[in-house]
Amino acid sequence: MIPTAATRLLRAIVYVCLGLLAALTLTPLLWLVAATTKGPDDLFHYTFFAPRASMVNFDALFEVGKAVKSVDFLRCGINSLFVACTTVLVQLFFSSLAGFALAKYSFRGKKQLMVLMLSTMLIPGQVVMAPLYELIYRLGLVDSYLGLVVPGAVSVFGIFLFRQSITQVPDELLDAARIDGCTEFRTYWDIVMPVSRPMVGAFCLISFMGAWNSFLWPQIILHNSARFTLPIALNQLVGIYQQQYGTLMAGTLVSILPVVVLFLLLQREFVAGLTAGAVKG
Amino acid sequence: MSAPRGIRADGWFRLQHRAAPYLFVAPFVLLFLTFGLWPIVKSLTLSMYATSGPKDQVFVGAANFRFLLRDPDFRIAVANTALFAFWSVFVQLPLALGLALLLSRRWLRGREFLRLVFFSPNLLGQVFVGVLFSVLFVPQYGLLNNALHGLTEPLHRWLSFIPVVELDTKWLANPALVMPALVLTSLWMYVGFNMIYFLAALQAVDQDLYEAATVDGANGFQQFLAVTLPGIRPVAVFVLITSTIGSFQLFELPYIMLGNGSGPNKAGLTIVMYLYQMGFVTGDLGYASAVGWTLALGLLVISLAQMRITGAFRSGAE
Repeated sequence: MIPTAATRLLRAIVYVCLGLLAALTLTPLLWLVAATTKGPDDLFHYTFFAPRASMVNFDALFEVGKAVKSVDFLRCGINSLFVACTTVLVQLFFSSLAGFALAKYSFRGKKQLMVLMLSTMLIPGQVVMAPLYELIYRLGLVDSYLGLVVPGAVSVFGIFLFRQSITQVPDELLDAARIDGCTEFRTYWDIVMPVSRPMVGAFCLISFMGAWNSFLWPQIILHNSARFTLPIALNQLVGIYQQQYGTLMAGTLVSILPVVVLFLLLQREFVAGLTAGAVKG
Repeated sequence: MSAPRGIRADGWFRLQHRAAPYLFVAPFVLLFLTFGLWPIVKSLTLSMYATSGPKDQVFVGAANFRFLLRDPDFRIAVANTALFAFWSVFVQLPLALGLALLLSRRWLRGREFLRLVFFSPNLLGQVFVGVLFSVLFVPQYGLLNNALHGLTEPLHRWLSFIPVVELDTKWLANPALVMPALVLTSLWMYVGFNMIYFLAALQAVDQDLYEAATVDGANGFQQFLAVTLPGIRPVAVFVLITSTIGSFQLFELPYIMLGNGSGPNKAGLTIVMYLYQMGFVTGDLGYASAVGWTLALGLLVISLAQMRITGAFRSGAE
């Protein structure tokens, strides 16, 4: 069907609207990238990029050449990577294993466990923050990475995600593995996990973003600046650098880059995983 | 599940088959009971104690809740948070749905790219967005004021009823502008996120229904009311409830943008910020638990009301 003049005009309007909104969405990000390349004099003088790029902001951020550093940003970046990767691995393993059990086995207490999990999902995380802090304090885990990772090691959301995707794995496939002599754990490791690859990708990204961007709990738990994660470190920088916006923007850019890279690698799986529960459920 | 035929018959193999599900859920159950369920139970009792740090505790009964309901700061926090939730839901969701409707046109090219663009702000944590936007909102030199000033000044000359946005508009220092600044920031962050849900829902609507409606002579708007809206209702209710709950948990954006505080005249004080200040700055973990439970109960009531109004309870009977 050849579009009439009226529909062609309508389509042009839609394209223009979407284009404007897309530009509006990207402007703050573009400005952020541009701001990191400008010295303090150029920052507000040029709206976006200045004719001459400068590295002063990154030098200031990592305090290149300084003997004593106020906030060791590189160290905090490594902390963040360590905490986020550990959280992802632990959550992935426990969630997929439990999700497999809930999807493919019948066992005593299964129904009660599921009801319990669902009902705790309805309670917002802030309710448990005070008693959780008390517990972490008693366990002597305040100001430690364990205090960050251990309470976040369980993801009820992740278990439901994996339960749902593993339910669709055909039983015949699992039985074939068992007949070939696979133990139940090998069936999980060699059959279930490779087949669930898209969900693994989606969950890794969701879990990584959660740990990477987390602020309130690390802010409560961490005291020693050598253990700070990036959100805490950046918040400290705001206090230290005040008006040196270029340096703050450099810190922001460095902090968001890993998530952006991971997203570009996993984005297809991510969108599928995000909406899986909402549309089918 | 019983062991399939043809399986190895030795005792160990049967044992591991039978024990497997228990072993698979065991690590999760242990962690869940310790760090998920126990704190929930504990917070109920803790909410009846006045504490000073994790060690000193005095039983005060319902006094925490009585004090909470009378505390003018808590009222300010509730009012601010509710206002934020109202604006972010009623501006954000129609925008997200509108975007999804435009993006789901079949003739549209570059859909994948546009979806990526609109979703991209959601990758940034609230702390990072907070730092970025506090610089965009800077008076005199900030990008936002310059853009708004450049846009509204010529418009004002033509149409005098359009006010000019002054260059020194202090978004984060003027109590009246703190909330609009926060709503604007969260709009940028979350419109694309909710759009993803609406897009998925729109793609699941039965296309035959549109053809039937066209045959019956329904125009675009009538089709939207009669086919699209009923088709996406379950997802729309889900998005409405989750984004309301998310808005009521607002903390990091104002905390970062207002310099680790509640802003001028406490215009940026939210419920979770109040909880954080009382529990972890002042050190009364019992009182913080009471605030947490008040928030949880409030959210439950709001969610149930939303489900009732949107008819989520009726959907099974249809």
